Amino acid sequence: MIRRLLALAVLTTASAFAQQISLTGAGSTFAYPLYSSWASQYHTLHPNVEVNYQSIGSGGGIRQLIAGTVDFGATDGPMTDKELAEAQQKRGTAILHFPTALGADVPSYNIPGVTTELKFTPAALAGIYLGHITKWNDPEIQKTNPGIKLPAANIVVIHRSDGSGTTYCWVDYLSKVSPEWKNKIGVGTSVNWPVGLGGKGNEGVSGLIRRIPNSIGYIELIYSIQNHILYGDVENSSGKFIKADLNTVTFAAAGASKTMPADFRVSITNPAGAQAYPISTYTWLLIPEKMGDKTKGAALKAFVHWGLTDGQKYAAPLAYAPLPNVVVQRELQQMKKLQY
Amino acid sequence: MANAALSTPGVPMQSRGLEKKQTWLERLRKGDEVVHLITLAGAWSIIVITGLLVQHLWVYSAIARHTFGWRFLFTSTWDPVNGLFGAWPFVYGTIVTSILALVIAIPIGLGTAIFLAELAPRKVSDALTFLVELLAAVPSVIYGLVGIFLLIPILTTAMPYFQKVFGWLPIFSGTFYGVSYFSAAVILAIMVVPFIVSISREVLLAVPVSQREAMMALGATKWDVTWRAVVPYARQGIMGSIFLALARALGETMAVTMVIGNVAQVSTSLLAPGYTIAAVIANEFTEATGDLYLHALIELGLVLFAVTMIINALARLLMLTMKGHEVTG
Repeated sequence: MIRRLLALAVLTTASAFAQQISLTGAGSTFAYPLYSSWASQYHTLHPNVEVNYQSIGSGGGIRQLIAGTVDFGATDGPMTDKELAEAQQKRGTAILHFPTALGADVPSYNIPGVTTELKFTPAALAGIYLGHITKWNDPEIQKTNPGIKLPAANIVVIHRSDGSGTTYCWVDYLSKVSPEWKNKIGVGTSVNWPVGLGGKGNEGVSGLIRRIPNSIGYIELIYSIQNHILYGDVENSSGKFIKADLNTVTFAAAGASKTMPADFRVSITNPAGAQAYPISTYTWLLIPEKMGDKTKGAALKAFVHWGLTDGQKYAAPLAYAPLPNVVVQRELQQMKKLQY
Repeated sequence: MANAALSTPGVPMQSRGLEKKQTWLERLRKGDEVVHLITLAGAWSIIVITGLLVQHLWVYSAIARHTFGWRFLFTSTWDPVNGLFGAWPFVYGTIVTSILALVIAIPIGLGTAIFLAELAPRKVSDALTFLVELLAAVPSVIYGLVGIFLLIPILTTAMPYFQKVFGWLPIFSGTFYGVSYFSAAVILAIMVVPFIVSISREVLLAVPVSQREAMMALGATKWDVTWRAVVPYARQGIMGSIFLALARALGETMAVTMVIGNVAQVSTSLLAPGYTIAAVIANEFTEATGDLYLHALIELGLVLFAVTMIINALARLLMLTMKGHEVTG
């Protein structure tokens, strides 16, 4: 009798342990609030699945994923061909990109006496960040803001000092609208800035903007919404000046979806679409195509599927723009590639 | 038996030691060998940790070292996109901010220490010492915030007047944005003063009374006693406190990156923004992709290690020559 009870106890605990699945991921700090919200919501729905997400930065996420120390990665800039090849070589599996939400960068400024939204052309932003436009009353800025008296003061340019997806999005946009930027500076999470001061994080950049008169910097849309920071409109590829908000960012993704490649590694800056905000970006989950542990794989697959469908409703309250439906449908197709 | 052995006074034990050398086991039982081993292990661990650190920095910077060679140290371009890395702006910023911080901190720290040890009433001295030690425990990010919200606004307000007088000097020229080498040095100075005060006060207090009495017997004033007898006697310890302060300044990351402006350039003006080695590593390491970029950042760590060693060696050399002067003069 006692022996049978004992056997039963062992069996039940064993099966309980077998069901308890823990998934670990690491990467993007930008997407951290969303993924941690997903993790806790998903855990209440499926108590046996626990998702641990470490926001160590996109670069770190990619490195950990390649090294195989995490189950999934997350990044604000897509992996390069070289990194994908390295993952294939080291882990023996392809890595698939799944866009999960959208973010955007906005130009914020501090000009004494100016409290309205300025309108920026792509040429103005590129000129300021290349150091060619040095005064606020430069014709390139003044012509699109006829009613506003801009001072003849020197522009103080501010950028991020830490490597970040925010910077990646900003310089990716600049290199699309300015051939000079593309040739001289290029795109990366940190670049060799021609001008300007560096602030650490969104709070560092916005702190410098607040403190230094006649300054301009770029910050994440989420951060500026949550902190009620004034920011300007940007002219899109259709010649319309668009203010960044969750809708115009989703429009950007929809506008870019027609030309989206099969692996979703795409930048959506400066997309087509009359209502699209041009400095928008995806944030991606990085999922290995093959996984040693099939149970784990199945749980990960279910989690990603949930995030792309039901999980999308948690994006907007956290000020992430939700994915357009057309993109979600394509991603669900892509999920069939996962071999577990 | 054991009790008897323990209660044996030291003198007979020594005499016995002369007759017959104690075996290793005997010494182990008496505790000598145990203490010896434990302290030796402590000393070895320092060597092992340092060795492993250098070995790691060396191995994981291989690609950058082979790609750039010595050029890494003396070029000023830091371009992660095109894979061009030069450390000079960071090395320059690290040295300038640390030295300037010491220039500010040494007089303040030493002055405070002398006051606390020699002049202040005991109660005031104890209370102030407690405050100073409290300052040493404040996390550096707090100092960074103090820099942003308190120091920089003050400096920004004061700087136009200062520049009217001293602006013609190249080191005080140019536009002041608040974030600069100078702001970083001031914050560093505030951070390292407690180290100088705390240790210097202890060594000043430890100076034997006989030194003071001898000086007083010669008819010296109170200040003469302090400056000519007590401080020179404690010089070794004071220098030690300054080395510790320097080490802290060289390696400080968070507070510096918050107030230095993070611009990879070399400027003569102390009021211009700059960058330090520790700050760029902290800023860029998390998002660094690609082996060359990572190895370049780790090589920066190696460079910081070397810079710290060289500056420390130079400071010790300076101390030795000062001592030599005293003997001959």
